[in-house]
Amino acid sequence: MSVATLRKDASPAPVVSLRGVSVRFVTERGAVTALHDIDLDVEDGGFLTLLGPSGCGKSTLLRVVSDLLPPSAGAVRVLGVPPAVARGRRDIGFVFQDSTLLPWRSALQNVELPLAVGGGGARPGRRTPRELLALVGLGGWENALPHELSGGMRQRVAIARALVNDPKLLLMDEPFGALDEITRDRLNEELLRIWEETGATILFVTHSIYEAAFLGQKVLLLAARPGRVREIVDVPLPNPRHIALRETPAFVDLVAHLRRVLEAC
Amino acid sequence: MSAQTIDALPAVPGLAESREDQRRFAQRRRALAWRRRLLPIAAVVLLLALWEGGVAFFHIKPFIAPAPSAVAMLLVKKIGLLLQNLAPTAIEAVSGFILGNLAAIVIATVFVYQRTLEEAFFPIAVMVHTIPVMAYAPILVLLLGNGVEAKIAIAAMICFFPTLVNMTRGLRSVRPQQMELMRILSASPREVFFELRLKNALPYLFSALKIAAATSVIGAIVGEWIGATTGIGALIIQATYNFDSPLLYATIVVGSAFSALFFGLISWAERYFLKWNVGEAG
Repeated sequence: MSVATLRKDASPAPVVSLRGVSVRFVTERGAVTALHDIDLDVEDGGFLTLLGPSGCGKSTLLRVVSDLLPPSAGAVRVLGVPPAVARGRRDIGFVFQDSTLLPWRSALQNVELPLAVGGGGARPGRRTPRELLALVGLGGWENALPHELSGGMRQRVAIARALVNDPKLLLMDEPFGALDEITRDRLNEELLRIWEETGATILFVTHSIYEAAFLGQKVLLLAARPGRVREIVDVPLPNPRHIALRETPAFVDLVAHLRRVLEAC
Repeated sequence: MSAQTIDALPAVPGLAESREDQRRFAQRRRALAWRRRLLPIAAVVLLLALWEGGVAFFHIKPFIAPAPSAVAMLLVKKIGLLLQNLAPTAIEAVSGFILGNLAAIVIATVFVYQRTLEEAFFPIAVMVHTIPVMAYAPILVLLLGNGVEAKIAIAAMICFFPTLVNMTRGLRSVRPQQMELMRILSASPREVFFELRLKNALPYLFSALKIAAATSVIGAIVGEWIGATTGIGALIIQATYNFDSPLLYATIVVGSAFSALFFGLISWAERYFLKWNVGEAG
């Protein structure tokens, strides 16, 4: 927590800033506007969940922020620099919907991958891959191969891998979408703990209203066709959060509100 | 290993039963494994017995079809001659295997990075592949002479195509998210190749290598038919023209045994190097 506070003092500028960002794809059936004129600021240490119907450009937004996709118009800044520069500095971690582990690497070797490519390398003062595996609850599984791990465990490895460069910005694209509900609840709680421990800013895409409300400090609701910002909802829930929070009236009210906005999308 | 784990468990009610269950389970698995091994052996023994009985019963002349016992006796008696002829064939097959597959791997890599070259040359590779080995073998002997080079070239040619096709597919079938991951990590093209594409292609490569292990021996033997004084292929031709059927059969047995051994070696290497792939293959 103290790390997050320190950072807040050091850089008051938003970690992610989008101005008039649009993305158009040209397909066989003509041009599709995936994102239209998005303005967005994400403050340092924030946890923003992106919620919206399928096809609203949630994933596209993450891809623009992470330099996987160039915007057709508008300006993107990550930590005050273009996304490509931030990516090169290894300030961006990405967790995909599918764990995207390399099947020939053990759990530990997968976490080490970012240190092995792109001119990376271990730096003093950072959590080692072994420590990160312990942080995500996989101490003792270092030598297991991906096919020996369950879906939830693979996703934990993917999170540890995304954290190995100690990124200031963590982008998560429906990382728990394919998991069963019990595993998903547990990982939601653990992700909040990891967020507090690392002080990273997190952008988290989901299509689950509950997940968006439980995880986010703010929820960004996107409307579809074309993808545009519908509303940004502040989450008035106390921290730290535990799964039991989801039974409180405040949480139920919030979910009802989010659902109403989504239905109007 | 499993016995130790069981002993290490604390004493809980019902454990004795579960231990008994586990023992029975292990026993059943062992029985099934033996069944899998013994059934094919029993089938082979049965067929050999039928063959032996048939030859004796119908008084079939040895040069038309020798009895298995006659082949076995000759195999023991002339094992020196047979192995002496296996040596050149084995060298040709293995050299052709290495050359053909190396060439295929290199060209597949070029194809993956230079699509234009693939579009230009892949149809030619397909056309060459449709020519039967018996048709291009004499051409290669004319080009390279009657020595060992022509046989190696024929073995290499026969290995080349399956590996080219599989390797190209393996290098290319990298999942889009894996490519995105490498981009997020700012991996260089070289790192993408060695860390991702090459390892991703290994299961495809080994499928092709297993085919190539058997076909490279065929290539070497066919090469020897065109003109050679030693080798399994030469021995097959000699035995055929001399109506020495037991020698012909024994030669075939030796050639097949070598093919099977080569295939087994590649399969073993596959299991050893691709331990990570068992989950996906099984």
